[in-house]
This record gives sequence, structure tokens and C-alpha cells, in this order.
Amino acid sequence: MGASFGRGGATGFLQDLANSDCIVIQGSNMAECHPVGFQWVTEAKKHGAKVFHVDPRFTRTSALADAHVPIRAGSDIAFLGAVINYILSNEKYFVEYVLTYTNASHIIDDDFRDVDDLDGVFSGYDPETGTYDPDSWSYADLTEHAASGGPTSHADEEQNGQDQDGQDQGGEHPASASSRAAAHELGGHGAPMDSTGIRTDETLQDPHCVFQIMRRHFARYTPEMVQEVCGVSPEQLLEVCEAVTANSGRDRTTAWVYSVGWTHHTVGIQYIRSACIIQLLLGNIGRPGGGIMALRGHASIQGSTDIPTLFNLLPGYLPMPMAGQHHSLDAYVESIASPDQKGYWTNARTYIVNLLKAWWGDAATEENQYCFDYLPTLTGDHGTYATVMDMLDDKIDGYFLFGQNPAVGSAHGTMQRKALAKLKWLVVRDLNMIESATFWKDSPEIETGELKTTDIDTEVFFLPAAAHTEKSGSFTQTQRMLQWHHKAVEPPEDCSSDLDFTYKLGQKIRERLAGSTDDRDRPILDLTWDYPLEESGEVSADAVLREINGEFVSGDHQGETLGSYLQMADDGSTSGGCWIYTGVYADEVNQAARRKPGREQSWVAPEWGWAWPANRRILYNRASADPEGKPWSERKSYLTWDEDQQQWTGPDIPDFEPTKAPSYRPDEGATGPEALAGDDPFIMQADGKGWLYAPSGLLDGPLPSHYEPQESPVSNAFYRQQANPTREVFPRPDNLQAPSGDEPGAEVFPYVFTTYRLTEHHTAGGMSRFQPYLSELQPEFFCEVSPQLAAERGLEHLGWATIVSPRTAIEARVLVTERMVPLQVAGRTVHQVGLPYHWGQGSSALISGDAANDLFGVTLDPNVHIQESKVASCDIRPGRRPRGPALLDLVADYRQRAGISIDTGQLRRTPDDSANAGTRVDGRRPENREG
Amino acid sequence: MMKLPFDLPFAAGPEGPAADAGWQDAPDRKGFFTDTSICIGCKACEVACKEWNGVPQDGIYELLGSSYDNTGALGASTWRHVAFIEQRVPRSAPVDLGMPSFDRPGEKHDHQARDQETGDFRWLMSSDVCKHCTNAACLDVCPTGSLFRTEFGTVVVQDDICNGCGYCVPACPYGVIERRNGPEGTKNVGIAQKCTLCYDRLGAGKTPACAQACPTESIQFGDVVELRERAAQRIRKLHEQGVTDARLYGADPHDGVGGAGAFFLLLDEPEVYGLPPDPVVTTRDLPAMWKRAAIAAAGLAAVAVASFAGSRR
Repeated sequence: MGASFGRGGATGFLQDLANSDCIVIQGSNMAECHPVGFQWVTEAKKHGAKVFHVDPRFTRTSALADAHVPIRAGSDIAFLGAVINYILSNEKYFVEYVLTYTNASHIIDDDFRDVDDLDGVFSGYDPETGTYDPDSWSYADLTEHAASGGPTSHADEEQNGQDQDGQDQGGEHPASASSRAAAHELGGHGAPMDSTGIRTDETLQDPHCVFQIMRRHFARYTPEMVQEVCGVSPEQLLEVCEAVTANSGRDRTTAWVYSVGWTHHTVGIQYIRSACIIQLLLGNIGRPGGGIMALRGHASIQGSTDIPTLFNLLPGYLPMPMAGQHHSLDAYVESIASPDQKGYWTNARTYIVNLLKAWWGDAATEENQYCFDYLPTLTGDHGTYATVMDMLDDKIDGYFLFGQNPAVGSAHGTMQRKALAKLKWLVVRDLNMIESATFWKDSPEIETGELKTTDIDTEVFFLPAAAHTEKSGSFTQTQRMLQWHHKAVEPPEDCSSDLDFTYKLGQKIRERLAGSTDDRDRPILDLTWDYPLEESGEVSADAVLREINGEFVSGDHQGETLGSYLQMADDGSTSGGCWIYTGVYADEVNQAARRKPGREQSWVAPEWGWAWPANRRILYNRASADPEGKPWSERKSYLTWDEDQQQWTGPDIPDFEPTKAPSYRPDEGATGPEALAGDDPFIMQADGKGWLYAPSGLLDGPLPSHYEPQESPVSNAFYRQQANPTREVFPRPDNLQAPSGDEPGAEVFPYVFTTYRLTEHHTAGGMSRFQPYLSELQPEFFCEVSPQLAAERGLEHLGWATIVSPRTAIEARVLVTERMVPLQVAGRTVHQVGLPYHWGQGSSALISGDAANDLFGVTLDPNVHIQESKVASCDIRPGRRPRGPALLDLVADYRQRAGISIDTGQLRRTPDDSANAGTRVDGRRPENREG
Repeated sequence: MMKLPFDLPFAAGPEGPAADAGWQDAPDRKGFFTDTSICIGCKACEVACKEWNGVPQDGIYELLGSSYDNTGALGASTWRHVAFIEQRVPRSAPVDLGMPSFDRPGEKHDHQARDQETGDFRWLMSSDVCKHCTNAACLDVCPTGSLFRTEFGTVVVQDDICNGCGYCVPACPYGVIERRNGPEGTKNVGIAQKCTLCYDRLGAGKTPACAQACPTESIQFGDVVELRERAAQRIRKLHEQGVTDARLYGADPHDGVGGAGAFFLLLDEPEVYGLPPDPVVTTRDLPAMWKRAAIAAAGLAAVAVASFAGSRR
């Protein structure tokens, strides 16, 4: 969403779903995984809204929806592309909105070539590195200014395993490390670009304008293709298309809801882009009841990207500096935003200077570039998966796990656990003795003999953590809202909060370094590390929030908190730890702790908690009014231009300069916020427009295009290119992949499996499998299969099944259910197996079981390093899995039968048919292959 | 002849069960309206109930295989139970006229097969609880007075009075109340246990834990009179929206238990949810039975007297 709209966060707030006339939930099991937010969907339904659930499985969300559309996991772009095609070919788009608020009329470079011209890749593809040179994707006349690669939204793609407990999804194939290194440094905002002199065609007829390129691009996304690729019937597709178009426009709005069902894919960013395109075409962004709700899985996952636990971001979506590129503050700032572009990212210098002042205080001065060179610089990918592979290669000695259980929650559990066994020391801070802390004695690899306890040298330090009720602090939840929680009870015994632990660890390190004259110790010794303590002796979380908010360092207001990031200066006179959070401590009040009841304020409830940026609840809300500033309709009125008072008024904070008139037009040569016209609602974008087509900023294409998952029993029906040609692959002996499509051996793993959460458990189980009241509600690991698949494979309800992938085999109890539906795809039946991933093999929890994530290998999305852990190929057979080394034999036998080598599935560019002449077992060649 | 309380089919008078039990100036009767049409089966009610009331874990950690229900049934250690029903309902259009078929049993026409795959599939969820009957048999049969009618019109066990006789268990027409089993150290083993409608919370003016935790307001707490009106409106609305299957269960004061304090909106027959279709307070016929027994005893006595009298002849 960062690439489309300028910011990575959900565009609206959950309560606003109640105003929707139609809600499409896709890639999310909202009722099960976000039950509290789902009340607003039921509220909308009570008002007569139509609710669709597009999902591989019939879930508790489907049970409450008006219609469930079963879809093959990993085929959502084909489905969404057909919705776009329907909108375009039936002229159902919101003409005035599209013309004024999007880049539909912008002219694209003549050199741009689409996937249909190049057999599945866009122009600029380099098969050697598996990367794009995106120059040809840019706006005409702007090629020389367009950034190569660049930003995308870490916030919405966050995922950093919000389900997987991963803090980020790094990982890098060495061969492409350098070419990708610069790519993912900008988070959550639009791409840098010179916005002067963009050529447009307001008639939308120019063959090189975005609108016409989209028409051609999506023309192949027909109902027949959807049937062929997704297994969704034309009638079901039409039902969705008709409902969303009938419920969009001046008087009605449709909302789209997604979650990790979309992000845990090698093309996850493009799934989200597809929804962005639909919502822009239908005019649903920035308006009540519209928008795209990116649902976050944990209480503060949004917060973990805002003030990131990601290796490549600094607070507020500022990029980490790159070694060799960002040698100075100026060079760094220039790489974030072109000085000639529109919008608020041109103030990037201010944001980074304030961050540096917050961290290094008086030591940060104009003369020393505010200690810019104290920041670590990146030399490549240091994300979770890259780090784990480095551990395996003995490059890493120690590891901290804060509330994370990678032995169960991360893809390829075997790789995770073997990596932990290579460490010298491991610190686990958790509520319970999770599998990541006990892997050395009870992991599945001990059972198979791959690891021996006596051979593992890792020293594990388990430090008990305080629960959220035992500490004060803030959550930043799914709608960008910070909510303060107060400590209810003291933590028992040795338990302490992560904040207190980190503070005291820092104190100890600083004590050890005290008196050092070594330059490399200055960044730690000069840190502002002097927070007040609570009565209990713990560091004050309130004081940290105040520091994040920022204050005046000098001048008339010295010592007072900042009220808004607009008060920040780039001369060292102010400081603030995360510019997007500035305002959360305005007027010396913890605004996140506000709990004014809804009945005492407007329905938008701006005095409940505090949402970034600037407490805005619906982003881009300038678009809720027409270009003249009048409401599109009375029913959907939100923000309007008050001619008498010369300002924007409404129930929300304007996401726009509050006194900039709709008629405002910038002077020629204006840059930054001044360059935004009175009808440019996307104020973080380089051109002020919503991007139907992303001329830069994404690594895998300016438009979404269907690719099969890394492992898929089905050939790509659109072109020869099977999977995302820019996905990050890791050809290693411990990361073998199944053959796909018509490759020989694909029939050995004929089924699609997908993983998910249940309401009753929390992700990798650290907070639920140790609780009797939760464990008894879902006590055992199970797989869900259709009656047809059960019959085909001889599986019995409540019996055992063994599920095999090229990595390992796991066992699960069988639930035979009609909620799983076999799909007719590519002329044959495709069965899907459902696996909740909450269980792990360990000896400490009340309940244990095999871990579903053990089945996955590691293949990543190129933009944000997210692993594909929502879909892969498997076989399923009745009975329990073998014990001990026999398990390895079983998996080896499967690999041999499938003819798997280290290169299987690891070629980014699919070879020619001639080089890949294989006959499927069913003897069928894929249809609809063109070019 | 004097009228015994049990001569009336429903003991509770117009003032409600609390007044009938002797409470003066009792507050309005409290209860639950559980609207299963918006239940998402999250089981927050089950967990909140156990947390608040200190109800122990129930049984062993075992998959039941009845959809997502691993609780099974209400009992001494389960005071809220969410049922899950997976159901294939035929597409509404064609009405089965009961015409003879030429298929062998189990075989289906193409269109039927298609319905099988794409027809309306439903997953019903419903959170069950003690009904807090207007006429509560458990209370009637309790010999110790442990079970009593509260000022809120609810039915509550007093743990420290219950002697574990178990008369109440078969008396309940819904199978709600049960004596608790459990390993040593478990609270209240052998004592009859069930939902108290959070009597302690009610006393403090608070909402019962399950209703407080319900994210979609499927479980609504309030004055029974008001809840019944709300339920009637909801039914009307659903019928207008074409959900003709919707019906109320336990809301009728003229049913076999005199109406339930906790009643439900269901989307199918009660049996589908494991609820008795026509529950009757099991003590309803007791007075008549006692009367007949008395008559029979008197008759026997008369015969005996007569036979002695006769033998003197």
C-alpha cells in the first residue's frame, strides 16, 4: 500500500467498516483471527451490507459472510485481476475520482513492455540476477530521475510473520545480494521521483497512458481464466464483481480486508497492489466505509514496523543507511526523496535529524552531522532467514529471542532449530518455556538423530518476561492507533518487562565501556540513556513515549513537548524519536491513554487513544470530497471544504493542509508540500496521486501479474514463466523444493496445503498451549481435508495422517469436513489440505504436536523478504509418520521419486519448454499457454 | 380442595420467579438473549466464564472430532458451551415434493451433485448455557436448599450447602447441572455445579463474564422483559431479510419450563443444536403423581380396613 498510496498502514479504522455497503474479506480469516474487530463487520451486515469471504477454506468468517468463494491458495491475483477487468470493460470505474485522484492519465515511457510481450516478465528483466532495471516503467520524460528499486511498504507487508512470530522476513541469496541490497530500504511510503513535467492525457486514450496499459494488461483476466486458475466459477466471480461495483460510487462504498493470507507469498505485495487498484478505480480510498483494512495479527505488530524490529528500517519508515552509498547525511537524505518531488517526504532531513537528536542528545550537532555516522550501515540482508543461514554457517555467536518462537513459528522449522544449535549463546525472553528454549533436548531432530544433546554447545539463558498486565506501555494496533495499557499487577518473581531488561542491559554495557577512548564505543556511550524510574525501580515507559514524541531542545519553548511533526526543525533545535508518532504526547499529555467513551464524542472517536499520523483516522480523507471540496454525496460525507472559514471540516483530522483550498494550484517549480495541488489527496506520494500503476518503488513489476507459488501442482496458465521471476531463492541442500506445474516429479506432491491460525490459540503457541483453558478448546494438531480427498487417500475422520513435503513429514489427526472443497483447476481436481500451525514438539507445554511450518522451505518475496508460508505442495497418506531415522528415509524416498535436486524449483526464470520437456503423470499439457 | 403450588402448571406468578420465591422489591429479572445468528464461535464466553468463576479444565486434552467443538457438552466444569454444526442445506428454490426417485439410495443427479458442492453450506455456532428456568426442576428437588432462586430470578447452587445428593442432575430437562468429578485438589468435587449467571458480578452491578467477553454481542445480558422485546425485533428483522429459518427458543413464557431466563435465537430446529425440542419441567407432574399416589394409598388403606372389617363377620 505504500507504493500505491504513500503510506503502509491500513487506510481506515475498524469501526468504520460498519459504514460499508459491501465488504470483501480475502486473504484473511477475520472472524477467527481478529474476532473483536469483526464486530464491525457484523454491524455492517445488520445494516444490510453484503459480505464476501474469498478463501481456500470455509472458516468461521465464511460462516458469517453472505457468500463464501472457495479459491485455490496462491491464485488471488488472477481473481482480483478479473475484478479489475470487469470494472474496466464494463466502465464501472468512478470516472471523476480516477481522473483527478489517480495516475490513470499519466503517460508511461515508450520503452515499457508488458508481461504478455515478454512471456511473463516486464521490460528490464535480467535473467542473470533475477532482478529488474525499472527505468522503462517510469513516467515518460522522467526516466533519468526515477529511482531504481526503492520503497515499498513494510508496514502493510509487515508480516514479519505477524503470524510467524518472525520479526522480519529477511533472507538473501548471495548471488543477488548486491543487486537487491538497495531495494528495500525505504519503507511505508511512495517512491522518490521528480514530479515536475509529468505528461498526461485527460482523455485516457493515449496508448501509453496508465489507463490504457491497464486495459491491455488485465484483458486476459477473464472469467474463464479465473475458472481455470482459481477454481472459481464465472457465476461466483460475477456475483462478487456485481456487488462491489454496485456498492461503490458517489453514494456507496466497499471495503477490502486482508491479512497474512495475502502477505505470506512470493507475490504478496502484488496481491495487495491488486486490491489497491480496485479500490482506486472504484473511488473507495479516503472515504467512510471504504478503504483497505490491513489486519495485524498481534497487539502491536503495527508498532513493530513503525518503530521497527526490521533490520532495514529506522523509526518512522526512514531507511537504514547503506554502506558505501550513504556516506553522509546529505547523501542519505537525497536518496529518500527527490528534492523536486511533491509531498511530505521532502522533509526527510528533518525527520532523521530529530531521530538522531533523540538518540544522541547534546552529542548530536550540526558540525558532526548529528552523529549520522554513529548509525550502523547495512552491507546486505540481515533479516531473519539470512541470519538463520548465517548461524548455520557459524557466522553468528549469539541470538536474542524476545517473545518469539521460531522453532515453531517460522518457515522451515528444521532449519531454524539446527541453526539455534550452532549458537554459542541464546537468550530467550518469554512467558513460558517455549520450544525455542528447549530445542536442545526435545526437538524433532533429537528424535531423528540429526542433533544430539551432548553435541550442542549452545548456552541457553531463559529469562522470564512480564505479561502485558504486569507492565505499562503502548500497543499500536491494526488501525495505526496507540493505546496505553497500565500495569495492573507487579510481575512475579524475576519476571520483568522487555523495556526494563533492555534498559538495564544497556546500562551494564555502558558500565563496561565507561572510560573507553575507542571511537567505536562512542555511539553507545553517547546515547541518551537516562530515563526516570518508576517507584518499582523499573524504567518509565511513559518517559520513553515522551522521548519518542519529541520536544523543543532550545528556544522559547525549550523542554516542552512537540504537538506535531510540523513543528520539527532540521537545525537541532527539536528532537523526536519517531516523527510519525509526534503528537502522541502533545501538551504533556499521554494522548494514547485517552479513553473517552464513544457516546461522549463523534462516531470517529478521535479522543480514544491516538492514531498516527497526527491522530488521523481515515487516511487520504481529502478524497472523501470531490475536487471542489464538496461531498461526493450526503450519505458519504466526511471531510468538506468550508468556503466561509476557508478550511477543511469534518469529524476527522484532515489528511491535508487544513487551509489549502481545493482550487489551490502550486507555482511552477514548487516542491514538497507546497507543490501539492488542492486536489492531490495522496500527500505522501511524489505526484500527489494514487498509483494504479507503480512507475517505481516495486521490485517485481509496476502492475500485478499472476504467478504460481514457489511450489504448485499447476502450471501458470498465463505464460511460460511459472513463479515470480524476482523471488528470492536459496538453493541449498537443506532447502529442497518440489517440482511444479508440468515438471517431472510434480505428481509426487500433488496436493496444495495452506496454514493458518485458530481463534483458540496464539501463533506459535507460547501464550496458549501453556494455558489449560485454551489448550482444552483445541487440544490436538489436526489437518482438514475434504470428504473427496479422504476417500482418494483412505483417510479416516479422527484417524492419523502423515503429510509429506520435500523438507520433512509430519503427522496430524484428520478432520474430514465439507468446509474443504476440491476445486476444478486446469481441467483437473485440485485438493487442498488445511493445517493450523500452533503446535510444536516440546516437553513443556500442556499440549504438543508436530509443527506445520516444518513442511515449508524458504523462498521469499523480493520486496520485503517475507517467506511464502501460506501455500506449498505436499502429499498426504493415512497413518502416523515413522519414528526416528525412518522419518528421514521416508522423506528421502519422496525426494528421490520426485527427482529433486538442489536446483529444482530454484530457477527464477522458467526455462523453455524444450529444456523442460516433462510429461505429467496425467498426460495433460497445460492449456491457455500463449507465447 | 386446597390448591397446592404444583396444581398450577407454572408456579411463577406475574411478578416473576423472584417474587414468587419470596423476594420483596426484587430487581427486574435478569437473563441472557443469545443471538446465534451472529455468533462467530470464538469461545471467548467459555474462557471468560472459567476465568471468572474458577471453573477447572474439563476432562483430558482430546480432539472430539465434532467440528471445532472440543468441549462436548455443558457440565459441572463447563458452564458455557459453543456448539458447531456443519450443515449442507439444499438450495432454497426447488421444494422437495416427495416425488419418487429412480436413483439408488446414495446416488445423486448431476444437479444434486452440484448442490452437494456449491449449494448453501452452513456452519452454525451457538453458545449454550443454563436456562435459568422460570420453573426450575433442579431447585424443586433440592433437599438441602442449596439450589435457590436469587433476587434476580436466576437459579444458583450454594457450594457450601450442597451435599452432593445429585437429585438435581436427572431433574434438569436440559442436562445442564452435574456433580463435579476431578482429581484430588479440584475445587468442589462431588458438588453440583452450573452457571450462576455470575451472581457475584450481578450483585456488583456488572455484566456476567461471558456476555462481557462476547465480541459480536451474540450474548446479550439484561432484563428478561426487555431482552424478549429485543429478540422479537431481531426475529422480525431477520425474517424481513429472508432468513426465514430464524426462530426463538426458550423465550415463550408458556412453554414447558415457563420460559427460560436464558433464551436463544436459532437458525434451525433445536435438536440440531443438541437442545431438547419441547422441554418440560420434570417436576410438573409431581403434584398429580403425589395426589394419585395418595389416592391409591387411601384406597389401599380402605381395602385393608374393609378386609379387617369383613373378617369380623
